[in-house]
Amino acid sequence: MDMIKHLMSRPFAASVVALVCVLIFYLFAGVDFGKLMGAASWLNYAARIGIVALPVCLLMISGEIDISIGAMIPAGAMTTAIISGHFGLPMVFGIMGALAVGVIVGTINGILAVRTTVPTLIITLATLVGMQGVVLAGSKLLTGSASVPLTAPDWAKTLFGQLMFGGSHQVIILWWALLAVVFWFILHISKYGNWIYAIGGDKESARNAGIPVNRMTIILFILTSTSAAFVGMCHAILFNSAQVSGGMNDIFNIIVSVVVGGVLLTGGLGTILGVFLGTLTFAIVNKGIDFTDIDRNWSNLIIGVMLLVAVAMNESFRKFAISAATGKKPAHKNTPKRALSTRSNAQ
Amino acid sequence: MSSNTPVLEMRNVDKSFGPIDVLHDISLKVNEGEVLCLLGDNGAGKSTLIKTLSGVHQPTRGEMLMDGKPVSFNRPKDAQDMGIATVHQFGGTYPLMSVGRNFFAGAEPTKGFGPFRIFDRQKANKIAVEQVQKFGITRITDGDRLVGGLSGGERQSLAIARAVYFGARVLILDEPTAALGVKQAAHVLRIVNEAKRRGLAVIFITHQVMHAMAVGDHFAVLIRGAIAADFRKGDKSREEIADLMAGGESMADLEASIGV
Repeated sequence: MDMIKHLMSRPFAASVVALVCVLIFYLFAGVDFGKLMGAASWLNYAARIGIVALPVCLLMISGEIDISIGAMIPAGAMTTAIISGHFGLPMVFGIMGALAVGVIVGTINGILAVRTTVPTLIITLATLVGMQGVVLAGSKLLTGSASVPLTAPDWAKTLFGQLMFGGSHQVIILWWALLAVVFWFILHISKYGNWIYAIGGDKESARNAGIPVNRMTIILFILTSTSAAFVGMCHAILFNSAQVSGGMNDIFNIIVSVVVGGVLLTGGLGTILGVFLGTLTFAIVNKGIDFTDIDRNWSNLIIGVMLLVAVAMNESFRKFAISAATGKKPAHKNTPKRALSTRSNAQ
Repeated sequence: MSSNTPVLEMRNVDKSFGPIDVLHDISLKVNEGEVLCLLGDNGAGKSTLIKTLSGVHQPTRGEMLMDGKPVSFNRPKDAQDMGIATVHQFGGTYPLMSVGRNFFAGAEPTKGFGPFRIFDRQKANKIAVEQVQKFGITRITDGDRLVGGLSGGERQSLAIARAVYFGARVLILDEPTAALGVKQAAHVLRIVNEAKRRGLAVIFITHQVMHAMAVGDHFAVLIRGAIAADFRKGDKSREEIADLMAGGESMADLEASIGV
């Protein structure tokens, strides 16, 4: 019982509950688990959104959000295909180009975020729309088409695209696992994780404590944007072509995965393990439904319900975590609330 | 250094934002082991004064001295490096982080080498709990506990203990007791006394005369950006101070104006 209680006060509890519920639901829906586990579709999809969800997790813990990732996946793919496909330059340039576009857009987002007081939802909405325009217009201008073919050399296929085990699993699954370890290290083991939580907890105090808030924010935006461009690049190499697309679905799917993974929308709370499980859950709902007799359109309803439940649970877990920390002294429960109301009066 | 030299001193400091003058001709000083209470109503310029002391703003005119030598702070970090720590109303603590992580936010102890340098959680927790307990907060025993579960007074105390641990010589406390109940406020006042006993120079900002009288050695009343009164402990009664803070009006004037 104590163990369950301990588990439930962890930020990733929501994602564990969501995953278990979805699996039970699919069990009743008559899913063939052997087939589901052997299938690549959901794992490939989890890797696609998971690679971006990891840095988005860090960014959201720091209290910001980046929706321009939706435009950055096709931007990364198009950049790779235009440089190495249309212009026929060596693959390395295509890869570097895609990552460079990610770094540039991330830097723009980051600088706008620290220099202005505009909410980052709006800033990145602007760069989202802007980049959609740049990618489409740029592609038309340079290649005359919105779809560019690309022939990647073998080494690139092996590193970023080639199906491994002779099956239909993609290499990005390994990249996802590797990046998950890297981001887990950054957030939970290194001191930078402490900075990220502090920035999300109270930006002003973090600044006063000597944490380079602006630099961290810009770096986090560069990470989200570059990860998205990386995913786009992998897809261009994998599918031998790139198309201009809106990428709207990706934005929401990534953010839903992060929220289901137990990251608080207001920042300050979240774990890599939670986001990893949240992404898996999302992918299983989205792709696993094909393994049941249910019409696949219902999966969106499940995701909607899951999101609502996750948000509600995150909030209650936050309270639970704090009250669990208080131990047996519920007398102080009202202090933060009182402090808040006094603060607003004092302004 | 001689105890006659103030640790921190402001001489004839003015601060204006464009055409708006916020502070006029402020002269203040605070010595080691002394508590200077800065009293003032809302809008009197207390926040601007604190921000000038802590390096957020630079004085438009006048000078600031530390240990008798002129100093200028271009940013808060400069002031911090000189040993000026500011603890704000909410203590600069992060509710969803543990006591250990809070204590070392921005100055994390690490172990290991190169890119694999890791946050030393055990060391952080141990030091944090020790330091907080030294200030008499014995209820904190587990460094992994979330700060959101602590009381307001304990959070303030944590922030003060943190500042002292990191070598603060001047402690600026911005309304530390404003949001607290009587018991919690007493807690914080005890910690202010403890800091004073350890030889820190404390600047205590408040609009609660009682709290100021309980710990202050020296008082300055700020009205509309200027120092309206400057006196030592025992020079004035509580009523006189309260009247001063209300802009020189006496309680009788106030009663007359609201038609009691």
